[in-house]
Amino acid sequence: MIISEQTQAKEETRARAERDERPEPLVRPGETFRSVTDKIGGIVLAGRHPLGWWISFGIAFLLVMGLFYAIAVLLAIGVGIWGINIPVAWGFAITNFVWWIGIGHAGTLISAILLLLFQKWRNSINRLAEAMTLFAVACAAMFPLLHLGRPWAFFWLLPYPNGMELWPQFRSALVWDVFAVSTYFTVSVFFWYTGLVPDVATLRDRAKNRFSQVIFGIMALGWRGSANHWRNYESAYLLLAGLSTPLVLSVHSVVSFDFSTAIVPGWHSTIFPPYFVAGAVYSGFAMVLNIMIPLRKWYGLESVVTEKHLDNMGKVMLVTGLIVAYGYIFDMFTAWYSGDAAEQYSVVNRAIGPYAPVFWLLMLVNVVLPQSLWWPYVRKNPVPLFFAALSINLGMWLERFVIVVVSLHRDFVPSSWRMFIPTGWDWLTLFGSLGLFFALIFLFVRFLPMVSIFEVRELIAEEKEGAA
Amino acid sequence: MKGFSTIYGVIAEFNSEDALREAARSAREHGYRHMDAFSPLPVKGLDGILGRKGSWAPVWVFTGGLIGALTGYFMQLWGIGMNFPFNVGGRALNSWPLFIPITFELMVLGGATAAVLSLFVLNGLPRLNHPVFAAPGFERATTDAFFLCVLSTDPDFDPVLVRRFFLQETSAITVTELRR
Repeated sequence: MIISEQTQAKEETRARAERDERPEPLVRPGETFRSVTDKIGGIVLAGRHPLGWWISFGIAFLLVMGLFYAIAVLLAIGVGIWGINIPVAWGFAITNFVWWIGIGHAGTLISAILLLLFQKWRNSINRLAEAMTLFAVACAAMFPLLHLGRPWAFFWLLPYPNGMELWPQFRSALVWDVFAVSTYFTVSVFFWYTGLVPDVATLRDRAKNRFSQVIFGIMALGWRGSANHWRNYESAYLLLAGLSTPLVLSVHSVVSFDFSTAIVPGWHSTIFPPYFVAGAVYSGFAMVLNIMIPLRKWYGLESVVTEKHLDNMGKVMLVTGLIVAYGYIFDMFTAWYSGDAAEQYSVVNRAIGPYAPVFWLLMLVNVVLPQSLWWPYVRKNPVPLFFAALSINLGMWLERFVIVVVSLHRDFVPSSWRMFIPTGWDWLTLFGSLGLFFALIFLFVRFLPMVSIFEVRELIAEEKEGAA
Repeated sequence: MKGFSTIYGVIAEFNSEDALREAARSAREHGYRHMDAFSPLPVKGLDGILGRKGSWAPVWVFTGGLIGALTGYFMQLWGIGMNFPFNVGGRALNSWPLFIPITFELMVLGGATAAVLSLFVLNGLPRLNHPVFAAPGFERATTDAFFLCVLSTDPDFDPVLVRRFFLQETSAITVTELRR
């Protein structure tokens, strides 16, 4: 009796240990090369889209029209239609710029850094994340250009032989920004397209009508999946990842230099580069989840983007969120420790000044609510996770607002203090850029495979090997 | 039959990675050297079996990155250090720490551009048509079919013998002769 109980207990322990040892599958068992190809490629080739796609695309498209209208008015009248003035000259445009470019960073992080770290789970989400990077950087790059005042003279930012015989001020962080963002956009396009080529070849070979065959045929560049192709491909792709990784860090560091090289209280801080990068990853992962959760439901991709993925992304958000929270605390500590009256006042002003509600809302949605991610229930269930991500996206936008506007509106000289109140055009441009982003995402999902098919095949091959 | 041949090679289809690897191994043992394989995903260990080592892509990327970095640095030095000397707060004209960010960005840009170019050049892309596309069922090579082709450039190439080899010594499903 006792012996049999002992054996039973031992059996149970062994079973449990085995269960723990074998990692949760990244692709649900039963999927084959053909079934995932059908499932993912079919979304593009069958061209049947759920009602949710049409409604969301419709709303996004209307917002894009709103954005075009706002830009047309801006070009006709000038930046005076926005709420900006001296001392708050940066307003929504720069807030949105920093926010969008941060969102883009998670895409590169997922596709490049996780590739270098052999995090195989990235294979099902990297394509969408890369597309997100591309569109987020496009939205971001729009804002400084619109903010120039004379956007049609944007090429003055670039070094080119000109009649005035002038060069850009290469010692300025703002010029570094031009190089950082344009390099980032270009490299993101390279990375995304390189990843797409084998999948586009799959679509070429499976397309039924002549038109798609020709278009995908040209886009696939004649990819044949030859052993030579794959060898060079894997090598070049890894190197692109290796180049993108420091690039992401450098881009948001350079963006933070725009602030930290200035002497404005609340900006002049050495914590800015790491703190900006962590915040970027934080909001980027939140945006990936906000897009991925509805899409996987609509298109039945639960077997490829599993609970394990949601859980992992939730954990990354939790960690980067804590780094961001540490950044807030350190910011306050530095202000106090500096003994600088203006610097100390900037912290007090955030908490009890005229923009105090924004600051406290920021603390709530960006620091307090995301702590719910400690519970596996929140990380593994799409609905609560979706709302946690939404809260983080709002929080990161508020953070950028607090840094840009609240720091500027009260600096050293009280006589020049002045409030910034966004106008309708500010809001329309912000929501219009959201519309542009989502419209591009929805079009991408419609016309190209949103999950990297060949990399999911690799996951299946690996799981087969592991099981054998 | 040396010299020009109207035959591109003999291609055989397999139904799994393992079958492809196995066939490549026995073809190698059989003495074939000029071979190419086609698969919907990179097959682990296949390069070693086919006797291929590494890729030139890293050399391209290094060169591209170097060109980018040098261009970046000297553009800045020439621009505001020499061509139009620009004194900002008394900093040296060759204020190298401030030139680092742009130098770095252009290094990445040069390296990434070279990586993409290397894919085009080393893989012979874009090339929209190719003899292997004529193989029956080759459209499945991007879904779940695996192919091994012995090229006509192989010193031991004889279409009849290669065909016999595939049929007798491997688990090939179909065997086809490809014309140029």
